[in-house]
Amino acid sequence: MSDMANVDVQREFVKGNEAICHGAIAAGCRHYFGYPITPQNDIPEYMAAHMGPLGGVFLQAESEVATINMLLGTAATGKRVMTSSSGPGISLMQEGISYMAGSELPAVIVNISRSGPGLGGIAPSQGDYFQAVKGGGHGGCRIPVLAPHSVQEMYELTMLAFDIADRYRTPVMILGDAIIGQMKEPYTPAPSKYPPPAPKSWATVGCAGRSRQHVKSLFLKDDDIERHNWKLDEKIHAIEAAETRAESYRLDDARIVLVAFGTAARVCKTVIQWARKEGIPVGMIRPITLFPFPKQLVHEAAGKADVVVVIEMNTGQMVEDVRIATSHHEKIRFIGKPCAMPTPDDLLADIRRIAGELS
Amino acid sequence: MSGNEKRAFDRPVFERPKSLVDVKTHFCPGCHHGIAHRIVAEAIDHFDLREKTVGVACVGCSVFLYDYIDVDVVEAPHGRAPAVATGVKRALPDRFVFTYQGDGDLAAIGTSEIIHAANRGENITVIFINNTTYGMTGGQMAPTTMLGQRTSTTPYGREFSTAGYPIKMAELLAQLEGVAFSARVATSSPAQIRKAKEAVRTAFDMQIRRMGLSVVEFLSTCPTNWGMKPNDARKRVLGEMIDFFPLGTFKERKQADFV
Ligand SMILES: Cc1ncc(C[n+]2csc(CCOP(=O)(O)OP(=O)(O)O)c2C)c(N)n1
Ligand code: SF4
Repeated sequence: MSDMANVDVQREFVKGNEAICHGAIAAGCRHYFGYPITPQNDIPEYMAAHMGPLGGVFLQAESEVATINMLLGTAATGKRVMTSSSGPGISLMQEGISYMAGSELPAVIVNISRSGPGLGGIAPSQGDYFQAVKGGGHGGCRIPVLAPHSVQEMYELTMLAFDIADRYRTPVMILGDAIIGQMKEPYTPAPSKYPPPAPKSWATVGCAGRSRQHVKSLFLKDDDIERHNWKLDEKIHAIEAAETRAESYRLDDARIVLVAFGTAARVCKTVIQWARKEGIPVGMIRPITLFPFPKQLVHEAAGKADVVVVIEMNTGQMVEDVRIATSHHEKIRFIGKPCAMPTPDDLLADIRRIAGELS
Repeated sequence: MSGNEKRAFDRPVFERPKSLVDVKTHFCPGCHHGIAHRIVAEAIDHFDLREKTVGVACVGCSVFLYDYIDVDVVEAPHGRAPAVATGVKRALPDRFVFTYQGDGDLAAIGTSEIIHAANRGENITVIFINNTTYGMTGGQMAPTTMLGQRTSTTPYGREFSTAGYPIKMAELLAQLEGVAFSARVATSSPAQIRKAKEAVRTAFDMQIRRMGLSVVEFLSTCPTNWGMKPNDARKRVLGEMIDFFPLGTFKERKQADFV
């Protein structure tokens, strides 16, 4: 048991968006930059009220383009820094995300996603999956993506996001959606279990006592850019090896394996409990890191299962990663809705039908 | 030789500023980026800021600032230097923070970032190099390109009916409350260089005294993309450019809003 187990921390009843703020503050983040967009405005509003009194900085930028570059500047000084946005805003941040990945700068970027493409709507959606996990910017940049499915995880994964960001010098994205952001439930705000970040000797803070140094992503000379790309690639492999996270839910004897993340996974948990009562052996893999994707776990489970059902609040995006993860393609199915969550009843009916086909 | 004469002989009249790195320039012959670098480095030395400065480099020929000025530098995406500088300065309010940006960077892609940083009165200093063209990408039209000026994307000369008018950034920024100091200088004659030095010192001083954003626009050359010999490029600044982009101080705040 960790020391934290003895700490008497009150359970609180808060929104997912607020839990992210609590997590950021617990992680020592005192710098927040952002621009309003529904459904994540609770985050800048909370940070506006709390950063100043904590001796930090809150700034509402003129755009998401400016926001992400303010993150870049603050991250370059070695301070922990966060922003939050939703689909259209994250699109505007892509340039900066790529520059930060190229410049190896740590920061946390929260996407409480809504439906798209374009202005889309404010309905909850997991339609930003591709954008989040297949890059996050030009030039082959990839960044870790964490997908909380509860208010507790909104809190805990935010602390983890800061930890990963600093250990690997990379931007990290938290991908939630309008439901998980707006939903209230009790959670325990236990203090961060991660050690404080190591001193950042690379930070550009003025060159007192050392020679000058640069934070940059431009590499024009010789093979510098190629070397840099291989270095970033090595980093991604290290992250894959050490930071891949997933929850296995009633997987041991499962013949029907669901793969779902975030809000969709919550509904799946309910449906699994109902289906189990009817004797249907269904379980779930819930990727907690969408990138790196838990390939190995999916591959093994798919080998043992009769059917793998990918359930998403989009028209089928993670289903591609499931296909890549396993050679058992004939077992893979997809159930989804682009801008809403299938109801537990609908989903149970689907699972019953699939179970019926198997028997 | 008497003792006095010897001392006069030994006294240095011209030295490399401490904050300027001892390397060969890569800029094209007749390019004024190097003069601007020297002026910035001298001002850093003057206020003894080398160890507490964070520079923000932009995109364009200007980016190589970090090869020449001996301070910590963060590189920003095209046009975003004022936002990056905002992040640096908000995180480290006691450091000296400046951006160094070309006209494509500051007056085109980055107009939003400069106007809002200026309007917020960010305590940063902006060195703005106006050479009326995109140098690095091969001489395309910039927002500052003069009417009638031929560039690779205004092959018949810039026409206001299709490409608009050149933007006067120093005047435009001077309008904003958050701006403490806005001036335009040139580096095409020794007298202008002296004035440019003064302007940069004043701009630095404004930041040190937390007066708000300070900006110095340099009328610069790009002989390569103008298709001119260095001396003709210098003359173009003295004639054509100064005519349209008048030199001078457009704003100088006397008192800070907050003390
Ligand atoms: C987003 C983006 N768009 C376009 C470019 C290409 N680009 C590189 S330098 C440059 C023009 C720079 O011109 P200026 O700011 O006037 O600087 P100079 O080269 O004249 O010093 C452009 C358009 C880029 N790097 N990034
Ligand atoms: S291309 Fe123009 S701006 Fe760039 S170094 Fe050459 S002369 Fe200077």
